[in-house]
Amino acid sequence: MIGAIRALVARDLVLAARVGGSGALSLVFFLMIVALVPFALGPDLNLLSRIGPAILWLAAVLATLIGLDRLFQADEEDGSLDLMAGAPVPLECMVLAKVTAHWLTTGLPLALASPLFGLLVALDGTAMAGTALTLLVGTPALTFVGAVGAALTASIRRGGLILAVLVLPLMIPTLIFGVSAAQSVAGGTVPFGTPLMILGGLSLIAAVVGTVAAAAALRWSE
Amino acid sequence: MWTRLANPGHFMRWSGALLPWLAGLSAAGVALGLYLSWFVAPPDYQQGETVRIMFIHVPAAWLGVFFYGSMALSAIGTLVWRHPLADVAQRAAAPIGAAFTLICLVTGSLWGKPMWGTYWVWDARLTSMLILFLIYCGIMALWRTMEDPNRAARAVAILTLVGAINLPIIKFSVNWWSTLHQPASILRMGGSTIDPSMLYPLLTMIGAATLTGLSLHLYTMRTEILRRRVRTLTIREAERLDAGAVGLAQARADAVPLGQAL
Amino acid sequence: MHPVSGQPVRLTVTDLAVRRSGRRIFSGLSFGLGPGEALMVTGRNGAGKSTLLAVLAGRLKPEAGSLALEDVGEASLPECLHIVGHRDGLKGALTAEENLSFARGLLGDPALAPREALAELGLAHALRLPVAYLSAGQRRRVALARLLVCRRPLWLLDEPTAALDIASQAVLAGLMASHRAAGGLVVAATHQALGLADARELRIARPAQDERPAARSGDAPEDCA
Repeated sequence: MIGAIRALVARDLVLAARVGGSGALSLVFFLMIVALVPFALGPDLNLLSRIGPAILWLAAVLATLIGLDRLFQADEEDGSLDLMAGAPVPLECMVLAKVTAHWLTTGLPLALASPLFGLLVALDGTAMAGTALTLLVGTPALTFVGAVGAALTASIRRGGLILAVLVLPLMIPTLIFGVSAAQSVAGGTVPFGTPLMILGGLSLIAAVVGTVAAAAALRWSE
Repeated sequence: MWTRLANPGHFMRWSGALLPWLAGLSAAGVALGLYLSWFVAPPDYQQGETVRIMFIHVPAAWLGVFFYGSMALSAIGTLVWRHPLADVAQRAAAPIGAAFTLICLVTGSLWGKPMWGTYWVWDARLTSMLILFLIYCGIMALWRTMEDPNRAARAVAILTLVGAINLPIIKFSVNWWSTLHQPASILRMGGSTIDPSMLYPLLTMIGAATLTGLSLHLYTMRTEILRRRVRTLTIREAERLDAGAVGLAQARADAVPLGQAL
Repeated sequence: MHPVSGQPVRLTVTDLAVRRSGRRIFSGLSFGLGPGEALMVTGRNGAGKSTLLAVLAGRLKPEAGSLALEDVGEASLPECLHIVGHRDGLKGALTAEENLSFARGLLGDPALAPREALAELGLAHALRLPVAYLSAGQRRRVALARLLVCRRPLWLLDEPTAALDIASQAVLAGLMASHRAAGGLVVAATHQALGLADARELRIARPAQDERPAARSGDAPEDCA
């Protein structure tokens, strides 16, 4: 059972490294959104540093969508999904393995790169560390919620846009608690721990619900 | 003569002969430039020793723009003459240009820390370089997503030219946006105000960096040509397998590894 | 935990009916396959051959009827079969060897090493070639090599000879024969003879409401009525 999961995670990581899939692209998209905001708001560093965590979180939510449409669609198209259905483990484990590999190649780099992009919006050290930590805790929730949409649109030819419309509303709670945790680092009435705990809880719930729902959507996709 | 030089086979020969000289020359140039800029050029009366970052920053910025320009020229070569070497030149230039743009951004923000007190200020010049970097990223992403190099070359050429037309507009609008929000009070570094004692080391560095960039470009072009040969050989190898499929038993015995076929 | 080809396995399908986007594909389909038996599913294009295989593979839910694989313990039907179809489940960026090792790790119960399986199909030197570079016939053979890297009692083959040359068809016939000799089952949807000795034939005809297709013995010529 562990062998099957390991095989799938390893294959997806190799594919991501070789095809240069969505990981690098979502990082560039992340940077692009962060760079766009000052053009709309003006380069006022005080303003930017105040709303910096919010900008980073919003950019992270949008960047998560990049590449999500191919998460299951590629496997559905070439028949790999049939292989996974035939593996001697529940389909849920296969989904968990795929989404984990996807998070490792998209969500994790995003969280790790966020301090660098925090420089662009003039975050100070603590705010930067706080934002990176909340992204690290919160991006799994985004990826797992997104995986449900990816599974639902796996057999739809042009599923990318529908996917965004489907999953963005479901990402709102993560956004709320992510931003409020990140901003409470910089000072505020709410202690840092409370929203961070809720954020972690959201990620855990999303991991369970997302996996089960995505597997259910894939199981009878036709 | 020009067409002879541009033939990929000839190119591999003359570039192979030229490359060691060019690399040696640029190494010597960089060594000289670094010596001049670190030990000979005086510290700035306002900025002190931090001004030495300029000797890296300015050449990097120049090369970031220079390689975009050369990509645009190659793009015309790709679209008008459909020359394979133009595709190769264009593809090889993108990562180098992006790397120099990134160096420019990093040194710029390191320079900004002592100057402005923060690593990043949305200064018009730096911001334009950031946009240039993002455009480079887009071009490289387009290269990577397309499997067939000829199709990719045409698509990238179109994108590069559209980008080239847009770059002055972007530059203009960023300047507009920047002056709209803050009066031009920050660092001025016009060519006329720079002292000769700094100008010569800077010019040396720019020249040396250009040579370095060119040798890197030649080297990457050679790599790209070899990569395409590997691709062609791999396809041919696969086809040869099909041809030999009749004698299944023998096919196993005379297997030639791809490494030897090269 | 997983059945080896050597164990006697029996596939029983009773009164199967399938509807796809409201259209009835077939109904009242019944057949049984004992150890070492093979079934050729024939019929016109669109008659539902691939649909039947999809149902057997667990990708489509039947409207009515039941499928059962006996004597395999707790394992479910999809865990006991190999499927090779139009969608070959190969990733172009991976080499043939990597694709096969992945299938081996994923499906469990490993048999031949990828190198040996490819050699069986005469593709030994495709081992380190990315699958994207292979021709359609070579890809199909890599997919067929998957049958050999893991032991599974039931083989579902959808047009297995498509894109295969005569020599490879003979190899495939040999593989199926030895699989059946070990007690394995083969269900193949096909237009042409596969070289399956004494295979039973199931002809699916359309419209399905008019006829009740049943498994027949013998090598009846293909009927395109």
